[in-house]
Amino acid sequence: MDEPIKTDVVIIGAGPIGLFAVFELGLLDMKAHLVDILDKVGGQCAELYPEKPIYDIPGIPFTSAQGLVDALKEQIKPFNPQYHLGEMVETVTKVGDNLFRVKTDQGKEFESKVVVIAAGGGSFQPKRPPIPGIEPYENKSVFYAVRKIEAFRGQRVLIIGGGDSALDWTLNLAPIAGHLTLLHRRSEFRASPDSVNKMMALFNEGKIDLVFGQATSLAGDGGQIRKAVVKTTDGSVFEIACDAILPFFGLTMKLGPVADWGFELKNNELIPVDTAAFETSTLGIFAIGDINWYPGKLKLILSGFHEAALMAQKAYHYVYPEKRLVFQYTTSSTSLQKKLGVAPAKVA
Amino acid sequence: MVRITFIDIEGTVRPVDGEVGSTVMETAIKHGVPGIEAECGGACACSTCHVYIDEAWREKVGPASPMEEDMLDFAYALKPNSRLSCQIKVTEGLNGLIVRTPERQA
Repeated sequence: MDEPIKTDVVIIGAGPIGLFAVFELGLLDMKAHLVDILDKVGGQCAELYPEKPIYDIPGIPFTSAQGLVDALKEQIKPFNPQYHLGEMVETVTKVGDNLFRVKTDQGKEFESKVVVIAAGGGSFQPKRPPIPGIEPYENKSVFYAVRKIEAFRGQRVLIIGGGDSALDWTLNLAPIAGHLTLLHRRSEFRASPDSVNKMMALFNEGKIDLVFGQATSLAGDGGQIRKAVVKTTDGSVFEIACDAILPFFGLTMKLGPVADWGFELKNNELIPVDTAAFETSTLGIFAIGDINWYPGKLKLILSGFHEAALMAQKAYHYVYPEKRLVFQYTTSSTSLQKKLGVAPAKVA
Repeated sequence: MVRITFIDIEGTVRPVDGEVGSTVMETAIKHGVPGIEAECGGACACSTCHVYIDEAWREKVGPASPMEEDMLDFAYALKPNSRLSCQIKVTEGLNGLIVRTPERQA
């Protein structure tokens, strides 16, 4: 097994609050690694509503959600955060005094003195399509993500959906699969026009099948899919023989593995914390942003920023138990300005 | 006030009053109507405020916009009368509207 990555702090979730936590930790000389299940930073802001406006960030009368994420990324650059994207943290284990092991679903391991859970509404996970009886086939012959293209070589593959994921995998798997069918409920696609054109070209060359309709039932045995029954938009019903199905119905937020980390959750979904440092019942593990709960909690980005600042003050004592923390302002502290890589202000 | 009635999969009927100018989704959330999640908060970005419009109201409510159709691709158990309730503005003309919530949202 590979040696774990050793760091001061592991931040679970790279949404706006996880990103800003890097800043507050960085000012106090703590290095952070960020893990996020999405393939990009920004959390809900980037995944759900990148172009939507935000009006309640103090001092910024208006920004877009993606604009805020981009600005935060810029702001934390001096602290060189390490991103681990497309990975979900599965376990957080206390292995000693102020020492935690954090393990991802990709087998990556971290060893850190502090863990910060900034997981928002939980992890984004693929939506299960509305096909009755799909569960027994999941991860055996029905897959919501493609990890290894080669696994589909020569197979009869049915891809369902009309977005970028469905179209991208149609284009990528067409040369690999023995036979490929793309099934979508209507003739318009939300995927990028370029992908749609390439897909239509494959269809016109007879390299893939294209069906407009919805899968209504599945048949197979022992987890191995054999066929899907499809009802087309004009009402006809027929079967598509297949060895694998890849449904792409977007993402939904689920609490995910956080539920199994031993916290007494509030309303089964929120991690209770104290309001002095936003620390959980396990000392050294903090929860900030939408995922935490305390009396008076507001699910606002600005609340999460405040929580990140207080968290960092307490985390410092776990990372540097022998040091005394001197409170400083970025406006006047030359040492903080040095960390930020900005020249100290010239005083006339 | 505009009367909107939500009927869930069990058949439980919940009549509530919506404000003109708000949305059907906001009306449901404000009154704690179960079965509408609205994960994205009304940005037409998630499809978890999916409802079925009562047949008698479909014409008055009208069709989904292209952006909404894109999001409906991701909705669970789609039907021809499916809409995203965050995209339906409450108007005087919708007084008496009946919508049904699906078995689940995701």
